Amino acid sequence: MTITSTSVAADRAPMLSATGLVKRFGRVTALNGSDFELYPGEILAVIGDNGAGKSSLIKCLSGAMVPDDGEMFLDGQRVAFRRPQEARAAGIETVYQTLAVAPALDIATNVFLGRERRRPGPLGTVFRMLDKPGMRRDAKKALDDLGIGTLQDITQAVETLSGGQRQAVAVARAAAFGSKVVILDEPTAALGVKESGQVLQMIRDLRDKGLPIILISHNMPHVFDVADRIHIQRLGRRAAVVDPKSVSMSDAVAIMTGAMTAP
Amino acid sequence: MDTTSATDVAAAFTPRSGPIARIQHALHRYPTLSPATVLLFASVVFAVLGKGRFQRPETIGIILQQTAVLAALAIGQTIIVLTAGVDLAVGTGMLLTHLVVAKLVAERGVNPALALVAGGLVGMLLGAVHGNLVTRIGLPPFIVTLGTFYVFQSLGLVYSKARTISKAELGGENSLLLWTGKKISIGSMRITVGVVMVIVMYVVFTYILSNTAWGSHVYSTGDDREAARLAGINVNRVLVSVYMVAGLLYAIGGWVQLGRSLSASSNAATDVNLETITAVVIGGTSLFGGRGRLSGTLVGALVVTVFRIGLTLASVSPYWQNFAIGSLIIVAVGLDQWIRKVAK
Repeated sequence: MTITSTSVAADRAPMLSATGLVKRFGRVTALNGSDFELYPGEILAVIGDNGAGKSSLIKCLSGAMVPDDGEMFLDGQRVAFRRPQEARAAGIETVYQTLAVAPALDIATNVFLGRERRRPGPLGTVFRMLDKPGMRRDAKKALDDLGIGTLQDITQAVETLSGGQRQAVAVARAAAFGSKVVILDEPTAALGVKESGQVLQMIRDLRDKGLPIILISHNMPHVFDVADRIHIQRLGRRAAVVDPKSVSMSDAVAIMTGAMTAP
Repeated sequence: MDTTSATDVAAAFTPRSGPIARIQHALHRYPTLSPATVLLFASVVFAVLGKGRFQRPETIGIILQQTAVLAALAIGQTIIVLTAGVDLAVGTGMLLTHLVVAKLVAERGVNPALALVAGGLVGMLLGAVHGNLVTRIGLPPFIVTLGTFYVFQSLGLVYSKARTISKAELGGENSLLLWTGKKISIGSMRITVGVVMVIVMYVVFTYILSNTAWGSHVYSTGDDREAARLAGINVNRVLVSVYMVAGLLYAIGGWVQLGRSLSASSNAATDVNLETITAVVIGGTSLFGGRGRLSGTLVGALVVTVFRIGLTLASVSPYWQNFAIGSLIIVAVGLDQWIRKVAK
């Protein structure tokens, strides 16, 4: 069994990293000096039991939570996010478990929600007119890039789509704007078998385009299916980083629950 | 392992079919379709029952004049309902602002244009009160505006001492305050400047809602507030701005009201308060937010007036008017629920 620490891609600089992250809530310590590295072009799965500090870690990385201590680096630069918008502006996109799409609005509007583009010239500056054709074209392109561009109508309401398709819209939005990192929080939790497969394929395609991905999931088969490396969080720290090709699922779970210690 | 191809994902995007489903889908896509059908149907029925009086250009002009104030205020109501809120104080807010404008001119001799600007500011202030109570204190819009409905009504009575301010006091025939009541003849149809103003406002606000980022933010805030927030939209700022826009429309609606009644009074236009909600609901805008079109509200407002005038011309007892309109509301909301099932 090979339990690698951070040596898998030690010859490359991490895209996103953190050292000694601490987050306390009163007497509860959610993060107790947690480290983290995400390398370019990889899918890093983050697993951990409930209360292991998995979601606190992700919230710190995505700007939804400010750590009490520790440092974060994005593409070699020290970063400190106070809110999600700042992380997003820096190129880190998060697809939330709740998807965060507005069901009654169309696909294109959802892809550009909160980041609408205006027409050039006086139409945009004086009349504040949105560049709808441009946004539709680019939304279509974002879906094309994920290999689901054959859907007929970019102006159809998101609520008319199935769960997997909504997930696709949310991922397309993240992919369109996430210039450096995409974080996916439980992307297959609400999906059936077939749709899960489609979303996993989408995640691989995204990685193959060079975008590093953090995948948070409880679903071990999905994690072992797509992850290049697995970050195991336990008791507020990183217990190990393992290679799914050389570690069995039951060993990973054993490290996660503390039944086995990472050497 | 997983070998699903991208085309499988795409194939799942195919829409459903079947005649009923297609109607449901069309109504879902074009929410103005159902009120437009009601308006058309009602007009044909009243044209037959009204013994030729309904479809006269004169009657159509009167319908438009009578709808103007309601339609103006219903714009603000629509935008608020799109955010899943409601404004029960539209009517009394309008009365309060129009009294401010009228009293400034009648008793302080303020320039009418300045008085109208002051009215706009007062309206926006009232809206800001609503918006801040809803966002900062987190009170439901229903409760906030139910409260201010009484507060505004009371302030209007105290401020005007329940006295009607006459046409002469407002500056007479040619006063800017009464300009909205100036008649425009198109053949034998007579409309007012106020009617034209309201139509222009519908064009402007339709543009704003469908072609600006603010419009998208209004829809998304009502549709799924959390999603809007996570998308980086300052939801509270959107809500406050929405109530302030509605407040500005109190003032514009009040100006149209001055032209219509050629006086200012604290007990004018008592029906308009709830009728704005009626117009919005019949117009196909969902009370759950995020869904609806301003054009639907205009049609909804016209439906209300067409029912009132049509039933009168058809010699139906006026006591039945509210029965018809009330039933229509229930049908409209039932239809909305059914249309929303498209999503399921």
